[in-house]
Amino acid sequence: VLLCGTTMKLCRAEYRTIAKFTDQLRPTRQCMKMLKDRFPNHSQSTLLSIFSLEYQKRMKRSLVRHHNWIILKCYYGTLWILCCLVPQVDLSPSLMARLLVERFLEEQQGSVSSKQVLNSMLREPSLIPDMQLAKHVEQCTINDCCYGPLVDCIKHAIGQEHEEILREKLRERNLSFLDENHLRAKGYDKTPDIILEVPIAVEGHIVHWIESKASFGDEQSHRTYLNDQFWSYWNRFGPGLVIYWYGFIAELDCQRDRGILLKDCFPSDIITLCHRLGES
Amino acid sequence: MAALLESLLQSEVELNRALNWLRRRKGYENDDHHLLLKVRKEEFVPFLLNFLRDQSSNTLTHGPSTPAKTPSSSRPLRAQGYSSERRGNRSSTGQGSRSTSRVQLFSPVSHTSQVDNPNELDTQLIGSQGLTGISTFSSPSFSSGWSPAARHTPSERRSAQRPCLADFMTSSPETQSSPTLQQHRGRRRSGPFGASATNRQMGARSGHLEDSGRWDGAGRKGKCGGKISEPVSPPTQVELNFNNLEDFPPVGKSLVSPVTTKPSRRINPTPVSAERPNSKPKSCFTSTPLSQPCSPPSMPESMGTAPSATSPLCLQEERELLKKERSKLAQQTSSPLKPIPGVCTPTRPVRPGPKATPDPQTPCPDPAKVTNASELNLLAELYCACISENLVPCVFLELFFVLQLLTTRSVFASETEEQAHSVHVGKTDALERAYLGNVHNCVYFAVRVLENHFALLSHLDRCTLRLLAENERVGAFSPALRDRLVQTQDTCRAKVLPDPTTFIHSVPFQPATDNRTNFSSDKAFHIFKKQRDIFYELLREWEDYHKEPGWEFEAALGNRVRTMVSQLTAAGNHCHFARLFQKQLVQMCKGPRVLGSPSDAPDADLLGMVGADSLGRLKRLQERLIQPQALSGPCPPPSFPGHQEFFKDFLQTASCCQLNQHLKDGLCQQLLQLNEVSILGPEATSAAGEEGADGDMEQQDEKQRFSSVLLVARLLAKFLGFISFLPYQTSEAPSREIQEAAIALRSKCAPVLDVCGVLRSCVHRKRTVLTVPWLVEFLSMLDYTGPFLPCYRTALGLLLQLYRRMRLSQGQFYLNQLLLVAVLGWLFQIPVFPEDLFFSVDIKDELEELENHISSQGLDCLALVDQQLLYTCCPYLGEFRKLLAAFVSGSASKTGGLIRKITPTSAEPRGPPTNRSQQKLHLDLEQAFFHNQPPSLKRTVEFVAERVGSNCVKHIKATLVSELVKGGEKTLRDGLGSEGVNAAKLNVSICAQLCDAGMQALERATRFCSANAPRAVRVLLPEETSETVMTTAESITTRLATEKACSWLSSNITTLIKREWKSSFERVMKNVPCPANTESADTDGTGQSLQLLRNFSGQDAVSSCPPDCTHKAPLSSDVIIEIKEVLSIAVGPRTEEEVLMVQQIDTLLYKVGQTLRCRKFMSSVAEQMLLRCTVLLACKLVLGELPLMSSFESTKRAGVDVRSLLEDFVLLWTNIPSAPAPLHLLLSEPTLTAVLHASDMQRRNYLLLITLLIEKGLLKEEEVGRHWIKLSELSWPVESIEKFQKLSLVSASPVPSVKHSDILQVSP
Repeated sequence: VLLCGTTMKLCRAEYRTIAKFTDQLRPTRQCMKMLKDRFPNHSQSTLLSIFSLEYQKRMKRSLVRHHNWIILKCYYGTLWILCCLVPQVDLSPSLMARLLVERFLEEQQGSVSSKQVLNSMLREPSLIPDMQLAKHVEQCTINDCCYGPLVDCIKHAIGQEHEEILREKLRERNLSFLDENHLRAKGYDKTPDIILEVPIAVEGHIVHWIESKASFGDEQSHRTYLNDQFWSYWNRFGPGLVIYWYGFIAELDCQRDRGILLKDCFPSDIITLCHRLGES
Repeated sequence: MAALLESLLQSEVELNRALNWLRRRKGYENDDHHLLLKVRKEEFVPFLLNFLRDQSSNTLTHGPSTPAKTPSSSRPLRAQGYSSERRGNRSSTGQGSRSTSRVQLFSPVSHTSQVDNPNELDTQLIGSQGLTGISTFSSPSFSSGWSPAARHTPSERRSAQRPCLADFMTSSPETQSSPTLQQHRGRRRSGPFGASATNRQMGARSGHLEDSGRWDGAGRKGKCGGKISEPVSPPTQVELNFNNLEDFPPVGKSLVSPVTTKPSRRINPTPVSAERPNSKPKSCFTSTPLSQPCSPPSMPESMGTAPSATSPLCLQEERELLKKERSKLAQQTSSPLKPIPGVCTPTRPVRPGPKATPDPQTPCPDPAKVTNASELNLLAELYCACISENLVPCVFLELFFVLQLLTTRSVFASETEEQAHSVHVGKTDALERAYLGNVHNCVYFAVRVLENHFALLSHLDRCTLRLLAENERVGAFSPALRDRLVQTQDTCRAKVLPDPTTFIHSVPFQPATDNRTNFSSDKAFHIFKKQRDIFYELLREWEDYHKEPGWEFEAALGNRVRTMVSQLTAAGNHCHFARLFQKQLVQMCKGPRVLGSPSDAPDADLLGMVGADSLGRLKRLQERLIQPQALSGPCPPPSFPGHQEFFKDFLQTASCCQLNQHLKDGLCQQLLQLNEVSILGPEATSAAGEEGADGDMEQQDEKQRFSSVLLVARLLAKFLGFISFLPYQTSEAPSREIQEAAIALRSKCAPVLDVCGVLRSCVHRKRTVLTVPWLVEFLSMLDYTGPFLPCYRTALGLLLQLYRRMRLSQGQFYLNQLLLVAVLGWLFQIPVFPEDLFFSVDIKDELEELENHISSQGLDCLALVDQQLLYTCCPYLGEFRKLLAAFVSGSASKTGGLIRKITPTSAEPRGPPTNRSQQKLHLDLEQAFFHNQPPSLKRTVEFVAERVGSNCVKHIKATLVSELVKGGEKTLRDGLGSEGVNAAKLNVSICAQLCDAGMQALERATRFCSANAPRAVRVLLPEETSETVMTTAESITTRLATEKACSWLSSNITTLIKREWKSSFERVMKNVPCPANTESADTDGTGQSLQLLRNFSGQDAVSSCPPDCTHKAPLSSDVIIEIKEVLSIAVGPRTEEEVLMVQQIDTLLYKVGQTLRCRKFMSSVAEQMLLRCTVLLACKLVLGELPLMSSFESTKRAGVDVRSLLEDFVLLWTNIPSAPAPLHLLLSEPTLTAVLHASDMQRRNYLLLITLLIEKGLLKEEEVGRHWIKLSELSWPVESIEKFQKLSLVSASPVPSVKHSDILQVSP
């Protein structure tokens, strides 16, 4: 269906080069094009994922500052120009739109509105009472390739699709498994995407569970995942496999012997317990 | 004792009689020789041991000392020459060097007043013989000099003791033969503490007079018939320490300060880092650093250290280890264990100078140069008798001593001469001769003892045997012994198996015990979820860093541990955590070999195979590359190797009483469960009796089971002991008063484990081989006071009796016994074991009663222990190999002098194997398979496999073997019928044929197992088991069963056939007509198999794709991205070049259609978004916001006809399978506003779209109307609305009439 073929593992240095390059980019399609042109050897999804990760880090660093700045100086009606054209305001258009709507509602209603209201307005700008603002918000969210309801939806879809792809691949190979829903029903406290009923060996390493990650595995996110998920799975189910469908920093794959194996695609070198069941 | 030994040496007492006496055989009672009646074995043995130690103290300079025998002060004595003082009137000059050998003469243990002068001694001996013993000296009057009040407290005693030589002289004659006196003292001492406390003091201070204090213990106090209520505690004796400068300051010096005696033990602990934390390693000659922190402060010289066989650590690493260990020790206060991390130093003073390098001039031991051979023989005989009668506290310690003698190399010419001289001078003094004063004698003696204890030797590991066999000294002194060793080594089947490295280290989550229903609240459940993860996080961190320099558990993890544990308390999750902890402990530490213990690497075995010669070279090479490995001696103090350390430190750091209590409960329960485990003997399973070859296989399984049970039980017991005695641990033995109070207090409280009960029951049921080893582990964790509590005291006493009764005798269960002897011997040597206990005689022999009515069946009567288990339980047995290997490397180094250690730059020593073999991987997978399945699955599979395997063998025997043999008989009879046949030849040839044919057994066995194992498993597993799990379980069972059957068959089928054939052959040859058995062609196994096929719903039903769907549609995420791109061009900002082709939009719409049809990868969120995007796109289209071009060539942008595109949109929305598109967006305010502001054509397109939608029924007219109304609410310029109105009127397609009216209505 997709991906695979080219390896999406990057060494740390490569990753740094890309990350450095994204520093000067804004999350627009124009910038994405620059990124693609600059690194033609990497798949678009990988680049987008990396950019997204880096950009999110950037935003986290600067959001507070911008927030204050906007509150102090800006009137929402004029901000579109600022957010898209003035490079010194390094803020994601979607986030900007969010701040503006928030501020708008605050001014209009004199109180802070709920997250749901805010989110629904961002998702559906036509709900925003101010037509002009609605138009701007729409423009912002459509143009943003790192934040916003559209991007969230895309990410969600990608995640779902890859989990399904994974299940499909497992079925193709007759590997029977329990998925999250099964596990929740049984009362497990931590649930990886897949638990294999019969473990397999991938590249000589035992695999009990598989976690699908439809993103690029950079240092920070991998560390977070390790702490919140992967080690927890290991603690309960033994060694397992993580698939970063959009690649990962090769150096992070250093826990193989400890029971966490990283791959950027569905593994081909699988050894199963019952040869008649497996294919390899 | 001295007298006895002397008499023996002078042939005054017959050796045989003495041996009989030692062996408790009949015959010596009638002896007219009084000595044997007078002397107690409990005294003689320590005396003999000390005598030997002292004898060899000159020559034995390598390796760790065999503790216990030689007090640290014996050497200084020699140097100081104060010995003269004790000799009273004796001339003092020139006596110094001789004194050691005479030391024992003054031992109060012996009937001491035989004083110094040999002549005097003789006369006294004679005198005493005449006087029915030495009652003279035991007269109470002698003891009057010791006022009970005067030495009520240790300090008083000390002060009383120090200067009063006279006092001592008067009191020394006290003997065990005075019951009254004993009673006296018993009362006076009021409890065992005084005894042990003073004993310890004595240990430290004992000079020569109290040399036997090393071994004194209760032997001295032995109460012949004296019934004393206190169970233990020998009365102490004050002794003089002539070596102590404070007690006996050199003339002219005044006594400076009162002695602050350190309690000391036989084992004088000199931990590497504790004793000299700041001093540099003394091995300045080599650049060798002190070796591993946990090893003894190894003689710094190279020869005392055997290079480790594997796992080279680089020097740097080692230094860091050392540092770490030091810093650990610095905060030892929190440690419950004694500050003896490693093994103790030799009590002998270290002489770094001459020993730093192997003496290149080491004389080659020569049988011809042996002096005093007959006396040596005699000593060896006596010594051997002591060993074989288990009269020595630790058999293996003695063996180690003997091997030290064998491999001794440091002989100083001057001393040798001097001693040779003294031999001549002191002809009269049999005890003063230097019997072991030179290498030749030492080796001679050692070889004699080794010859005598060949049975014991032959059970050592193959590598040790080989080293011993190839030891040139053994060859030179006893070629016979060498030959026997070579022989044994060849037959020695025991091999050290590579241990199956467990790769799964986590405890599986089992819903049955771990899910929400097992917790009191959601909160508790979630807290435990976190705690589990934190626990493993700590474990991983420990694994990563604990070997790094300066890393300390407390500092690095302490707070986190405590935080986590305090959360336990808050959530009441202790029992859950305790279970996790215990399971994890067993999981990680049950393995036979602990992580990171390089000493017992399997390579050592390999190395041993290459032979001494090449081994020497190898060793030397290795030695230069690798840090030298120190000998730790055969009795290292208890330790927590490998991962155990983590668990220990965790508990210590957590110090959470609730957790500990839960753990105790859990450990106790599992321990007692394991203790009750039933191991089947061969008789129980197969009635085949003698021909129970099949029993062998089952026995093998049972053996394995036993060994795993034993190892786990030992582990659990150690931790149970650790936790139980943790509150009482002190770094030093408490003072007598404190200890007394503690005993009084603690004896009221029930112990965690009824040790005595367990012990008695195991003796009664003959299960000592299982119970005693784990009890020893438990008891090894005792605190200083623990052994004096009645329950433990009794238990130790029982163990002692058990040990004494467990005389090793050749037989089927030799290794069982050997294991017990080894672990008990070890227990008796570790620091916490009260030193006075071993030779005490007042222990009631309660075992005899017990043994009188023991059950006939029990584990002790099964050959359960093999060499591997023995070495696993007693890793210190590997010390023999190290000692011998060290000798090889040392003896080969002719260069002497400086050996420079080279820091190896090699890669990681024990990197995990990168390429596991496929087979290994397969096994791992199987193991992994069971990991997350309920434990019952594994049990079932293993059980079935075992049964099927066993049945298979039976089946083969019943079918194949009997068929073959029958065929053979026929051939034989046919053959015998013909003329001139050699029956023997025929026999051989038929037998060979049969054996060849027997090989098909494997194939048959495979078939049998494949046919039977799966169905058996299938019936036994729950029907609900998923099909794949079922199939996997079946195949594993089949494999296991086949493997078991085949491995047994392949190694035994030939023997089996031969045996069967032999009996048939004999039968035929006897011309007994052979009954022609009817063919029992019962080839079972092809019967109908139970087909329990259940419906297998492998795949979840994919929500209704079209029937022919190939799931190849573009993924929704990709399509959304694409639409987003288009939309973003539409909303701008964009450049002039950014235009879209009609074709592009068309394709995009087609893709959307595809994507929406295939449901496989679709989620509802994505679907909604996709539809929304199409509507949005349609809006942009009709409003002309898309920069559209009909083709690349055309430059016109205005005239694009969007009608077909709009139709495509409508078609798409019509055909979507599920949710409707959010078409209301077309009617939203912003859209309408935009329409109102748009050009005519765009308005026309808009109306066209609306019309199409109404036509298709996608939009209802009322709905459109409703939105239209909104226009009125907006403040539109009138002309705009009019324009719109006009447009709609002229529009090509009909606009719904409703709309007209609506618009008309809104118009003013």
